[in-house]
Amino acid sequence: MDAQATQADAGRRRDAQTAPSVAFEPTIVAFVCNWCTYTAADLAGTSRMIQKPNLRLVRMMCTGMVDPKYVIKALLSGADAVLISGCHPGDCHYINGNYKARRRVKLLKEILPQFGVDTRRVRLTWVGASEGNEFAATVNSLVEEIRELGPIETRGLKAL
Amino acid sequence: MTTTAKLDVQDNNPVAALQELMRRMLERGGVGGVLTPVHLGRGTPMPTLVTDPAELALADPLAPAFPMNGAKMLARLTKGHSGERIAAVMRPCEIRAFIELAKLNQGSLDNVLLISVDCLGAYDNTHYLRFKGADDAIQTTLGFLGKVGGGKDTARDGYDLAGACLVCEHPVAAAADVSVGLVGLDLTAALPVMAETAKGEALLAALELEDWQPREDRAEALARLVERRTQERDAMIERTAEATGTLAGLAEYLAGCVNCLNCRVACPVCYCRECVFATDVFDHKPWQYMGWARQKGMLKMPTDTVFYHLTRMAHMSTACVGCGQCSNACPNDVPVMELFRTVATRTQKGFDYEPGRSMDDPPPLSVFKEKEFEDVVSHMA
Repeated sequence: MDAQATQADAGRRRDAQTAPSVAFEPTIVAFVCNWCTYTAADLAGTSRMIQKPNLRLVRMMCTGMVDPKYVIKALLSGADAVLISGCHPGDCHYINGNYKARRRVKLLKEILPQFGVDTRRVRLTWVGASEGNEFAATVNSLVEEIRELGPIETRGLKAL
Repeated sequence: MTTTAKLDVQDNNPVAALQELMRRMLERGGVGGVLTPVHLGRGTPMPTLVTDPAELALADPLAPAFPMNGAKMLARLTKGHSGERIAAVMRPCEIRAFIELAKLNQGSLDNVLLISVDCLGAYDNTHYLRFKGADDAIQTTLGFLGKVGGGKDTARDGYDLAGACLVCEHPVAAAADVSVGLVGLDLTAALPVMAETAKGEALLAALELEDWQPREDRAEALARLVERRTQERDAMIERTAEATGTLAGLAEYLAGCVNCLNCRVACPVCYCRECVFATDVFDHKPWQYMGWARQKGMLKMPTDTVFYHLTRMAHMSTACVGCGQCSNACPNDVPVMELFRTVATRTQKGFDYEPGRSMDDPPPLSVFKEKEFEDVVSHMA
């Protein structure tokens, strides 16, 4: 590859990264549990349900292992919202991980609004393994809600 | 009924009276060692484990100095068996922090007697040394105390007590076995030593101090002190909340942070044996930094400073006792204590939790109920 082509290539890449998109597309990071919501997401996919493509799924073994720091990191890195989703109460594969997750989300919902982060940006839902339709509907309504809420403040902050 | 004993003060010297109390504990209280601040040189007094009564001559639990929270030291002395009982004569915030550590099995109450002395506050490290100058350490403490506990103006030329102490509404520790009263009392006459638990009763009985029915000055003076400090605290929280109401505001507030992690090291309730920020979990590759820089055209180094503080809030704010050692340890004078107390007030309220009050209150994130906090769960579909 000659030098000129490489330079042009680098320029294009930079443009792509810095140019603000015209319409706001929410980026949502989702921590989902292997046993329920991930399986539901899989079911939604194999059932060809229509879902918005704004979610980035992270499969965890249990919502009980979603340390608040990962939620905070995602939001500070520009995620417009974080979804944590696991088994319904009483259905946890590890018996009580989802109850622990609920307390952690409660904690985050006390801390984050003090710094102007809308509590709607941290969502906890229960979606069981057979509820593919429920998962698709959750994703679609969350994306629209966050689209309405607008981009998170961290996207525009240069020094964090 | 709680027993109150009389600790006589000789020569207008309450520090010597407390030394006498500790001497009795070592000699006839069945106590193998006493952990308490001792003046070891010309600097600040350090928590010291004293086993020989002769070494108590420079012990000074009343010094207006607070170089570190002794809770972690006491945790070291009580995690596992020493075969002997020890007593800790400490500040209320140290005892409260120790209770939090004991709940997490990082220390144990089995072989320890917690002796809390009414806290009149302390200067931070720099200002204590300025306050003391070249004077004798014990005389400096006596000068600070004055005649009536809490009656003397603490403000000096351009400085005052540490910010944490000025807004601290816990001049006494509810979880102590024995309390020594100072607030509102004539420090040149006698001090009340009050047993708060059965363990404390047994200790007082062994010390052979005279039973006493002191006048009620302390309760009223304490209530006044707590009210004043609570007002100061609320004003401080309002100021801090206003400055940090947005993430941009928070970033500005923490702009001086160089990620030294001193506040974490100084924090008595930062309980992780290995902190995630001391591991490689958030170590990144050079190409990742380049990528992040390109997203916004620049990248502040060190990265993750706001992230670090927010993570600490999530991990320890429910246990924060407000001792202010984070601010004391900050090399760049970031007002960390103000921020953490502001957040902690809200998170502790959210879980209806008061750290350090009692071993019977479980840390909020160590328990759960089947039906609770239903409002944080969304039902979107």
